[in-house]
Amino acid sequence: MQGGAERETDLMQPFGLSLTRALTTAAIGFTLALPLAAQAQQQAQAPAAGSFVETIRNRGTLVCAVNTGLAGFAQPDSQGVWRGFDADYCRAYAVAILGDPNKVRFVPTTAQNRFTALQSGEVDVMARNTTWTLSRDTSLGLNFAAVNFYDGQGFMVKQSLGVKSAKELDGATICVQPGTTTEQNLTDWARSNNIRFTPVVIERVEEVVGAYASGRCDAYTTDVSGLAATRSAQPNPEEHVILPEVISKEPLAPAVRQGDPRFEDVVRWVHFALVSAEELGITQANVGQMMNDPRPEVQRLLGRNGDLGKMLGLDDAWAANVIKAIGNYGEVFQRNLTPLGIQRGPNALWTKGGLQYSPPFR
Amino acid sequence: MSQSTTDPRLLRAPPKRPLRLSWSDERVRGIVWQILVVGVVGAIFWWLWGNTVHNLEVRRIATGFGFLWREAGLPIAESVIPYSPTDTYFRALLVGVLNTLKVSVVGIILATILGTLIGIARLSRNWLLAKLAGVYVEVIRDLPLLLQLLFWYAILQGLPGPRQALNPVGGVYLSNRGLLLPWLDWQPAFTWAAVAFLAGLVGTWLYRRHARAKQMQDGQPRRIWPVGLLLLVGVPVAVWAALGAPWTVDWPVLRGFNFRGGLLISPEYFALLLGLVLYTAGFIAEIVRAGILAVPHGQWEAAQALGLRPRSVLRLIVLPQALRVIVPPMTSQYLNLTKNSSLAVAIGFQDIVSIANTTLNQTGQAIEGIAIIMLVYLTISLSISLFMNWYNARIALVER
Ligand SMILES: N[C@@H](CCC(=O)N[C@@H](CS)C(=O)NCC(=O)O)C(=O)O
Repeated sequence: MQGGAERETDLMQPFGLSLTRALTTAAIGFTLALPLAAQAQQQAQAPAAGSFVETIRNRGTLVCAVNTGLAGFAQPDSQGVWRGFDADYCRAYAVAILGDPNKVRFVPTTAQNRFTALQSGEVDVMARNTTWTLSRDTSLGLNFAAVNFYDGQGFMVKQSLGVKSAKELDGATICVQPGTTTEQNLTDWARSNNIRFTPVVIERVEEVVGAYASGRCDAYTTDVSGLAATRSAQPNPEEHVILPEVISKEPLAPAVRQGDPRFEDVVRWVHFALVSAEELGITQANVGQMMNDPRPEVQRLLGRNGDLGKMLGLDDAWAANVIKAIGNYGEVFQRNLTPLGIQRGPNALWTKGGLQYSPPFR
Repeated sequence: MSQSTTDPRLLRAPPKRPLRLSWSDERVRGIVWQILVVGVVGAIFWWLWGNTVHNLEVRRIATGFGFLWREAGLPIAESVIPYSPTDTYFRALLVGVLNTLKVSVVGIILATILGTLIGIARLSRNWLLAKLAGVYVEVIRDLPLLLQLLFWYAILQGLPGPRQALNPVGGVYLSNRGLLLPWLDWQPAFTWAAVAFLAGLVGTWLYRRHARAKQMQDGQPRRIWPVGLLLLVGVPVAVWAALGAPWTVDWPVLRGFNFRGGLLISPEYFALLLGLVLYTAGFIAEIVRAGILAVPHGQWEAAQALGLRPRSVLRLIVLPQALRVIVPPMTSQYLNLTKNSSLAVAIGFQDIVSIANTTLNQTGQAIEGIAIIMLVYLTISLSISLFMNWYNARIALVER
């Protein structure tokens, strides 16, 4: 032992180091550096001035998390332009804050990495068919702004399998994406219906759909909207059937980080503006003429009267610009989801028996 | 390289002299610089830690490891230990670790065997064999592993469905649900027989040592295999027979959507294992080839001149020297294979990375999740390194 230490002294001689001395040195060095570090820490802790809205304005682009590619929600077209319901919501935020639907940077995220992307600040907002649940709302450090799509979980099987109901799936192999509510609902549902199943759990959506299509799985389960989108993207959609059972509630909502109520308000009221516009009959085509519509609520929504825009920290024409850029809620739905065969269903306006409802603009 | 080449003058301590508190004293300068460096590094770590904790708090993101004891609710397809979604995250993660070990351990063994065969084949005098082995090594090493995994997985998915499963021999089914084999219905008698086999292994080894020691004394070689046969086969069979010789085979049968019963090797596991083994074997082959080539030809000739038989030449002269070259880089390959097994996520084999990722997604505790992944890989990697270093030290040539 003694000999070893002696040798160490010799090797480290150019640095004047011995083993025991190294420890003392470390202790002294660390103590001396503490105040310095403490100061640095204080700076990091100082609250960021203002809201994220300003940060986005200064940067000049809004960074928005979307799917890696799900037809109808967010998917790049042949020109590489992101298309879909969620992609349009991202554009709407960019119009409200920056006045330009093109000032968006889309960040594709998987079900697994979407929350870390938002938590870490890599993206400003997430519009990515994400279900609002209590645990996500409370422990992930994020807030859901408003439900922009009421969905539920279902199953899709090949027609040739001859299955008519999810109850017949006992013993089946089921494909599912990890990190989703889908995965958890599936186990709950199987448990309460006494159904045994073999999961095939694959992260990337193309891979999991590929596994289903190749026959590795008997069924594929996800949000019904996602099933419809997947089905329509198959070479022969009519070979696949979506089973009638809907086993869960999936209120899909855009989310932001906690701690910035102003930015959260903007994200929330952009959705309400889209719904209100549909309620009031304001469309992408007629928004110009509607500027002169005498109805007071129209006047307030389009910023002709009152200063609702200022209250949100936006300019007065924010809602008019959003509608001009992407249309009202019904139009966004119509453009992106109706072609996939998705009905308005619970996403009809409340006046038409649906759940979409906007608090008053006043 | 060995100790004796070190200049003895270097080992002598320099004369001690008192420390002068002055910048011109080399030792004082040394100490000051060290204090500074350690201080700065320490401060950076302290700041990172504090900053992280603070930011997590501000963003109201849950922290701590309490989540480990909550119900996981995750479906897991294959597990070495019993698991159901009502179990805790801790157990789910444990299943992940065992799955990682299952693919790494089997992968390391198979890659070593295959790699060694290919390495030797490359040195073969048979032109075709040598060329084929060469082409194999080049192709396998040049394609990204992820691509190979996806390729194998796609091939396995292309197999017919369970109702049209290939049935090469009775009870064996190959379909896109995996390979199904008949398997023994496990009975306690098997466990005892396995215990007897392990005891037999130890017994055989002890006997061999004893026989060697005796041989050193009287020069008489002793047969080891009869004892080995008795201990490794005779005794376990006797134990099994004594416990009533239970014997039921669990045949896989098609029921509903899938096969029930039998032993299932899933396409996910098989694709991952295949990909890892074929890829790593390419590298191991080169290491083995280099190791054998590193033994000078004179060693072969000298050994033959001594009258040793070819097998003895290989075992006593060439292999010990080749292994000295082979073992250290082999350790890296074993570590690589283990770490590469994390690509399992891509093809749906639920290893530790896959399960920890899902856990951190469901609980939002990314830092804890990543810490668990790092801890697991660090433990496995250090264990491999320790074992290989021990083995290396054992086989290293002892210079006298
Ligand atoms: N709503 C569920 C599921 C969301 C989800 O990830 N759905 C899948 C299947 S529809 C998806 O969007 N995948 C696309 C991708 O991973 O990029 C959740 O929030 O957990």
